[in-house]
Amino acid sequence: MTNPADTPIRQASVGYTQPEADCLLVRLAGSWTLKEGIPSIDEFSRRITGKTPIRQIRFDGRDITRWDTSLLAFLTRLMGQARQQGMTPDLDGLPEGVRRLLDLAAAVPPKQNTGRGDTQTGMIAQIGAITLEYLRGAPEMVRFLGEVTLSFGRLLRGKAQFRRTDLLLIIQDVGPQALPIVSLISFLVGLIVAYMGAVQLAQFGAQIYIANLVGIGMVREMGALMTGIIMAGRTGASFAAQLGTMQVNEEIDAFRTLGISPMDFLVMPRMLALIFVMPLLTLYSDLVGMLAGLLVAKTTFDIGTFEYYHQTVHALDLTQFAVGISKGTTYGILIAIAGCLRGMQCGRSAQAVGEATTSAVVTSILFIVVAASVLTIIYQQLGI
Amino acid sequence: MTPDLKPQAQPEAHITVRDLTMAYGDFVIQHDLNFMVRRGDIFIIMGGSGCGKSTLLRHLIGLKPPAKGQVYFDDISFWEAEPEEQETIKRGFGMLFQSGALWSSLTLAENVALPLGEYTGLSPAEIGEIVSLKLALVGLAGFEEFYPAEISGGMQKRAGLARAMALDPDILFFDEPSAGLDPISSRRLDDLILELRESLGATIVVVTHELASIFTIGNNSVFLDPESRTMIAGGDPKILRTESADPKVRSFLNRGEP
Ligand SMILES: Nc1ncnc2c1ncn2[C@@H]1O[C@H](COP(=O)(O)OP(=O)(O)OP(=O)(O)O)[C@@H](O)[C@H]1O
Ligand SMILES: [Mg+2]
Repeated sequence: MTNPADTPIRQASVGYTQPEADCLLVRLAGSWTLKEGIPSIDEFSRRITGKTPIRQIRFDGRDITRWDTSLLAFLTRLMGQARQQGMTPDLDGLPEGVRRLLDLAAAVPPKQNTGRGDTQTGMIAQIGAITLEYLRGAPEMVRFLGEVTLSFGRLLRGKAQFRRTDLLLIIQDVGPQALPIVSLISFLVGLIVAYMGAVQLAQFGAQIYIANLVGIGMVREMGALMTGIIMAGRTGASFAAQLGTMQVNEEIDAFRTLGISPMDFLVMPRMLALIFVMPLLTLYSDLVGMLAGLLVAKTTFDIGTFEYYHQTVHALDLTQFAVGISKGTTYGILIAIAGCLRGMQCGRSAQAVGEATTSAVVTSILFIVVAASVLTIIYQQLGI
Repeated sequence: MTPDLKPQAQPEAHITVRDLTMAYGDFVIQHDLNFMVRRGDIFIIMGGSGCGKSTLLRHLIGLKPPAKGQVYFDDISFWEAEPEEQETIKRGFGMLFQSGALWSSLTLAENVALPLGEYTGLSPAEIGEIVSLKLALVGLAGFEEFYPAEISGGMQKRAGLARAMALDPDILFFDEPSAGLDPISSRRLDDLILELRESLGATIVVVTHELASIFTIGNNSVFLDPESRTMIAGGDPKILRTESADPKVRSFLNRGEP
């Protein structure tokens, strides 16, 4: 190669001449680098498909000052085009290195059938595929639920194997660590309910009923719902990510080969932790919400603390708490199921873990919404 | 005890694979595999990258049911056995996964101790001793309290090996044990594998590309071909190297020299 210092660096250029009627000489010159892009082969295609038939293609690469993959890409494209026309170019005029690399690339065995065809399909077909995908997911979910139930049975009989320390660590992680965010959101929701209600109630001079509104609203519905949604994002996602990563590292397979059920060892402690923690968090959220209501009542409407307290106690009874806590616990179980299900279904890549996490949150929230509606209707029908 | 008067028969079949077809969904990875691993064999699964060696191991250790065909342990067909029986068979396995697959939330000592705690009645002190011994065997003495993330990839592999050996299994499965190890460690690992066979009488199934290992430790093998998607050779690799009828096998065993 010529020293680039002697010759001014010229851009890559391609010239075509026809020394004989049926012979095309491709003259390559200048500096071929990826930075400058890859010249087009339109002119070449025009020439070889032109009126005068071409039988021979030769190259002259003496004036190439430097080259990298861009030249290879250009030549590969050009040769593909030539082959389509049934011609094999004669590479002799190219630099030695270029010829060697082209040979190497050509020596790679043709693309193997990987069982994965081109997936260029129309929209309708795609909708069909997505639907089928969901339908295929359904038995898997049922199967998972079955396994969870069996595992729960083993747990009740004291046969499920897991480490008590794991359970305590998970409880620590999903419970106390979640308090700040639960406090924040519950306070905010309590505040909003109180304000929105107060404005309306004030029109009738019935401000004191803020206490009823906030109390019943938080205890029956909002406390459980808000905690559920926070836990879906916080804990459901984290369960899916933990189990998903273990799936990627073959850690779950390692449990299976040892005959240790990943259901017992990994899913059960997570489930138990949420069953244990959710009622407490729900109750806590209720109290924080009511505290926010009290604050609004006191500062904006001049209602006394005792008065508010009295009104609240009057409005609530244990049934209301039972309703709220039962909802919270149900959400907890559903979050654990969704998080663990998505984690266990996770594929074997980092990408798959991300998808599992997202899907865990979406599934949890979906479950919560459905459960909230169903439970509300049931309680309504039962008159509680 | 009366002496065993039965004529010294051929070493008995420990694992028998019959007409095995492996597939992910509709995509067949390998079909019609037939081979036998004798008790005490060091059996090598060979073949180019991506031909289905790890997948074959997953079928052998009961992680993935075959699309077709049978895997027998002694004369029990694993995939037709009752779940309890499957568990019993599996309890005799030790497996070293390609990625090590250590449980990341447990220390190395806890990783090795877990199977011991589950399946033996040993006291924690005794388990601790065994754990130290196993870790020392793979050259990891003193790393008991480290978490998998705190040690190198090669060390993780060795710790995985210590865990696989924890219960002194009947059959040890290794997926590319020496990948990621330096030549000396890799040599030590070969010695260890031979030692395990001698001392425990274990049957050992190894997926490996290392020609040096293949010839030092292997006495039986199967060669999977990615193009025809089935096995194209089987037997002692030292013999296959010169006498296999298939040029692909000879070429593989001679590092591409024909
Ligand atoms: N979960 C999966 N889903 C679909 N196809 C898979 C899956 N896992 C592996 N495969 C396919 O199965 C084939 C065999 O994979 P496998 O991991 O068994 O190869 P291998 O022989 O162990 O390769 P290597 O030597 O690189 O470890 C590959 O072609 C791969 O595309
Ligand atoms: Mg593999």
